[in-house]
Amino acid sequence: MRLMLGAEAVVIPLGALLAGFAAFSLFLLVLGKSPVEFFALVWKAGFSSAFSWQNTLSRSAPLVLAALCVALPARLGLVVIGGEGAIVLGGLAAGVTGLAVGGLPGVLGMGLMAAAGMVLGGLWIGAVGALRIKRGVNETISSLLMAYIAIALFNHFVEGLFRDPGSLNKPSTAPLAESLRVGDMPFISAHWGVVAGALACILCWILLEKTTLGFAARIAGDNIRAAQVQGLPVGPLVIGFTALGGAFAGLAGFFEVSAVHGSANGSLIAGYGYTGILVAFLARHNPLAIFPVAILLGGFEASSGLIQRRMDLPDATILVFQGMVFIIILLSEALYGRFAIFTPAYWERR
Amino acid sequence: MDPVDIGLWGVPLAILGGAIRVSTPFIFVSLGECLTERSGRINLGLEGTLVFGAMSGYAMAYETGSPFIGVLAAAVAGMLFGLFHGWICKFEGVNDIAVGIAMMLFGMGLAFFLGKPYIQPVAPDLPAIGFGWWSDIPQVRAALQVNVLFIAGGILALVMAWMFRSTRVGLVVRVVGDSTDAARAIGLNPDVVRLLATGAGGALAGVGGAYLSLYYPGSWSEGISSGQGLMAVALVIFARWNPINCFWAALLFGGAGALGPALQSVGVSEGYYLFFAAPYVLTLGLLILTSSPDRAMQGAPLALSLTK
Repeated sequence: MRLMLGAEAVVIPLGALLAGFAAFSLFLLVLGKSPVEFFALVWKAGFSSAFSWQNTLSRSAPLVLAALCVALPARLGLVVIGGEGAIVLGGLAAGVTGLAVGGLPGVLGMGLMAAAGMVLGGLWIGAVGALRIKRGVNETISSLLMAYIAIALFNHFVEGLFRDPGSLNKPSTAPLAESLRVGDMPFISAHWGVVAGALACILCWILLEKTTLGFAARIAGDNIRAAQVQGLPVGPLVIGFTALGGAFAGLAGFFEVSAVHGSANGSLIAGYGYTGILVAFLARHNPLAIFPVAILLGGFEASSGLIQRRMDLPDATILVFQGMVFIIILLSEALYGRFAIFTPAYWERR
Repeated sequence: MDPVDIGLWGVPLAILGGAIRVSTPFIFVSLGECLTERSGRINLGLEGTLVFGAMSGYAMAYETGSPFIGVLAAAVAGMLFGLFHGWICKFEGVNDIAVGIAMMLFGMGLAFFLGKPYIQPVAPDLPAIGFGWWSDIPQVRAALQVNVLFIAGGILALVMAWMFRSTRVGLVVRVVGDSTDAARAIGLNPDVVRLLATGAGGALAGVGGAYLSLYYPGSWSEGISSGQGLMAVALVIFARWNPINCFWAALLFGGAGALGPALQSVGVSEGYYLFFAAPYVLTLGLLILTSSPDRAMQGAPLALSLTK
């Protein structure tokens, strides 16, 4: 019976995923394209071989960390949608720190870079939490505004003070020393950001489910007044959770700079923060579910190029596909508790 | 006519002209969002609606040769997006903010997908009216080239304010926005009202998108929107859910955005990229100043998930 109660959380999203696939198949059929070919290509490019897994995992790493920036504040009932700003500034901080620590041993230098990214990202989103608590400014709006401000700051520094004179067409900070580049893991050649993301998910799950802090946060999220009456430290909780989420987003910026791009440049502004919001909502803000959801999305994105070339479809095809699947999965939220077979009452009667 | 040297007067003039040019899409999107939020629902997907409106407006203007048919097509397309969003959010347990983000991806994806063939062709522009005929200075004339949609937006703000204040429709929207239960008690169907308000809001966002592709910048490309749809949500809060304030907020936002280019035109290029942040810093600063930790947001519809 316990199994059946838990099954609801698996059966409904999977059913919605299949329904999303069906809806997109219809879209392809209308256009005269083959859905079978499409899904075969997604499978081939995203999940079929060691090479495709490497691509998929690398793309999922920033999504995992960006999603935590949404899921942690969500536990307190806050909707933070500006993680993009923390990713971009975290990447900038990491890239600039990397230029200063070139003489240090690689691991130490990378540690300092990651710390710089996490601190700046944490301050940035922590400020959103502080504004909410101290001034009552809505966190959804302030985080969005601050994401745009972060991107303007990023461009200002990358085009000005920290610009490498050698980067002509694409303004960048100076390239990182080889010793400061995060390498690939053994066996699967995806970078270490994947492991960091997985560890971060586990840590967040422990924080939320197994500690008194996580318990207090849930009470505050359910009813902020009640939490205050109980004497819970709502202010520090809000600032702490938003700052921690921002620190993870900043860490995503570090991995993008150190493992993928090799310097801080415009490629960092890739919308990971916004896709991360969807990952968090699809995972229903459960840190352990964030990891598989991010891999699924990473796989979709990894297949974009192959679908463009093989099926002669525009690159936006994957965007349409993702949009359809997401809408249907979010729509399926309405189904929870609607099926008698998943309720305790059904099993007690037997 | 050759440009006349008007010295530093060029800066406020360029800001004024820029404010009028840049603010029009913000006016339409924020009025649309205002209507939707007053009914108690938030639509974060207007960014996708805006981009889809830009694409469909441009495509229809190109196919028919009439920019006004383009605007109409954009409004219809926007309305369909709004109705779809409104229908999904009707279901219990569905988070309107998350659906908004998904709709944003879907709208942008669909616009890029279907708009691919229209990146090259040139569609007719929307007309502008020159209010600078009294001046001999070409910069003044350029700054006072006011697009018909800007004027329509101003009138719409007045009409919407009147609607909320003194019509039955406005009252119905306000009641539904303040209390789902009270609305039910007096025999209104909140779902239907919100569905229609979201549909109408989407139509306005579509028109805002058509302005982008049919007047300024005036062509269809994948980078046409720079977050106007997302910013609408912030502007509406900033405007305290008042349509006339929406108009002023959009104008202020547009003017702040024109600051950087205006200063650059007189040779100040220091911190050019920082000036891109000006409208956002201004909005955030004013929000911080006008918020208070002790009271809820003034003028907010009580059933809005954002303010809970």
